[in-house]
Amino acid sequence: MNQTDIQNLLYLISAIGFIVGIKRLSHPRTARSGNFLASLGMLVAIIATLTSGADFDWKLIGLGVGIGSILGVMIAVRVQMTQMPQMVAIFNGLGGAASAFVASAAYISGSDSSYIIMCMSLFIGTLTFSGSFIAFGKLQGFISGRAITFTGQQAMNALIFGSIIALLIAHNLSLLPNDTIFYTITVLALMLGIGLTIPIGGADMPVVISLLNSYSGIAAAATGFLLDNNALIISGSLVGASGLILTNIMCKGMNRSLANVIFGAVGAVSSIDNSDQKEMNIKSYSTTEAAMILDAAEKIIIVPGYGLAVAQAQHVAREVADTLEAQGKKVLYAIHPVAGRMPGHMNVLLAEANVPYDLLKDLDEINPEFEDCDVALILGANDVVNPAARHDKSSPIYGMPILNVDKSRTVIINKRSMNPGFAGVQNELFGYDNSIMVFGDAKDMLNDLLKEIKEL
Amino acid sequence: MEVNIINLITIFILAVFVGNEIINKVPPTLHTPLMSGSNAISGIAIVGALLAITMDGTLGTYLGLAALICATINVVGGFLVTDRMLKMFKKKR
Repeated sequence: MNQTDIQNLLYLISAIGFIVGIKRLSHPRTARSGNFLASLGMLVAIIATLTSGADFDWKLIGLGVGIGSILGVMIAVRVQMTQMPQMVAIFNGLGGAASAFVASAAYISGSDSSYIIMCMSLFIGTLTFSGSFIAFGKLQGFISGRAITFTGQQAMNALIFGSIIALLIAHNLSLLPNDTIFYTITVLALMLGIGLTIPIGGADMPVVISLLNSYSGIAAAATGFLLDNNALIISGSLVGASGLILTNIMCKGMNRSLANVIFGAVGAVSSIDNSDQKEMNIKSYSTTEAAMILDAAEKIIIVPGYGLAVAQAQHVAREVADTLEAQGKKVLYAIHPVAGRMPGHMNVLLAEANVPYDLLKDLDEINPEFEDCDVALILGANDVVNPAARHDKSSPIYGMPILNVDKSRTVIINKRSMNPGFAGVQNELFGYDNSIMVFGDAKDMLNDLLKEIKEL
Repeated sequence: MEVNIINLITIFILAVFVGNEIINKVPPTLHTPLMSGSNAISGIAIVGALLAITMDGTLGTYLGLAALICATINVVGGFLVTDRMLKMFKKKR
């Protein structure tokens, strides 16, 4: 076996590490070891590269790995669970940037790889980079979370994309110098990343994060084509597939097509026609009354929304649930696919509050459970429990899969005020006969509720 | 460098299928760790970065260094934060 064979064999081992690692992510029990296995795979890939006998500048490598590791550890240790979407956005962007830098380095140092592949790798990497940082800005609140739109936006994006293809054709016909084409593509890809992300509203961010995740994988795979390296292609395509699947799940959770999310610009202006809004008979209850209803209940389903996590109320919610359970009641949590700001976000936020994962039920699992449920306790969720999605064809959320909380005997809804949710739709559930509202900040309300339950 | 593009495409397509199979089995509960973990895996660009540093030319080397820093943050941060999350997942006592 020569040096290249050994190296390729090591890359194969690392790819197996990634595949088995992800496979073990299919259960919370084995997930941690799976993640560890994947990180071993990465180590093998790095060792394989460093033992290839190339003329490495070890000082420079030490510098790069040192700086990167320090920053990586700092981010990983400090980031709060509510900020996970922002962190993933940054990491997606860095992955894209790394691929773009590699492509640029290859081009500038006169690599003999195909020019077209270099340009594609540069294009995907750069697009992922700029798109991810816009997504980060939106999530962090640096940029308005609303969909930012202007006339001709889509035409502009199409034009940019068309120009890139035209540039590649121009290269084939040797119409323009290679340098000009390469640098123009960099600028155009930066613009396209911004142009594609800026019109997407805050509520659609889970989709965008997933999609950019997929792009970052494809960017790595493109780098693999550039360097003729199997490890990059395999891992890149795994990530690409993963991101795409999650994108699809998020779209289904909102009953939207991907095209509609990207080009629909939902949430640009909330021009809701209030004139034909039906009068609703809202019953506002005190926490004492809510506690009495819970006291009489046997089966309770808690429906957490992102508002709960923002108020940092998931810990006290768990305490309420624990207390109710200790009284012999059955307590479950219903998690809608888009309950958080990224796929599976709510599960992590609840896990952080020590809620056991086997009590968290997804949409398909929990919906039949509402039929014989005494109390559905809605904490900071809104659109995902709006029954209008089932029957009101005129509703913007019509067709979206929802949690059928209205089938429960009593629905207790905690909200700050009567403001409509993300989709800007008033929720008819609030006016139902079996619904009662308990107004107030989630954390304060739950603390009061906890006291009341314990006193009963 | 003689690159067999068809071989590379074959590997790419097959890996997408494998990815599809295994990722579909990941339950919604673990989707966030899946994403941050796969994020770390996309830090495999670190291999490209290491190779880029060895390429000729000063500018190329510095671009390689930039790539290395980005990719290392991705790898180290990604795996660590995923572990941090997975540690929190507990079954009912």
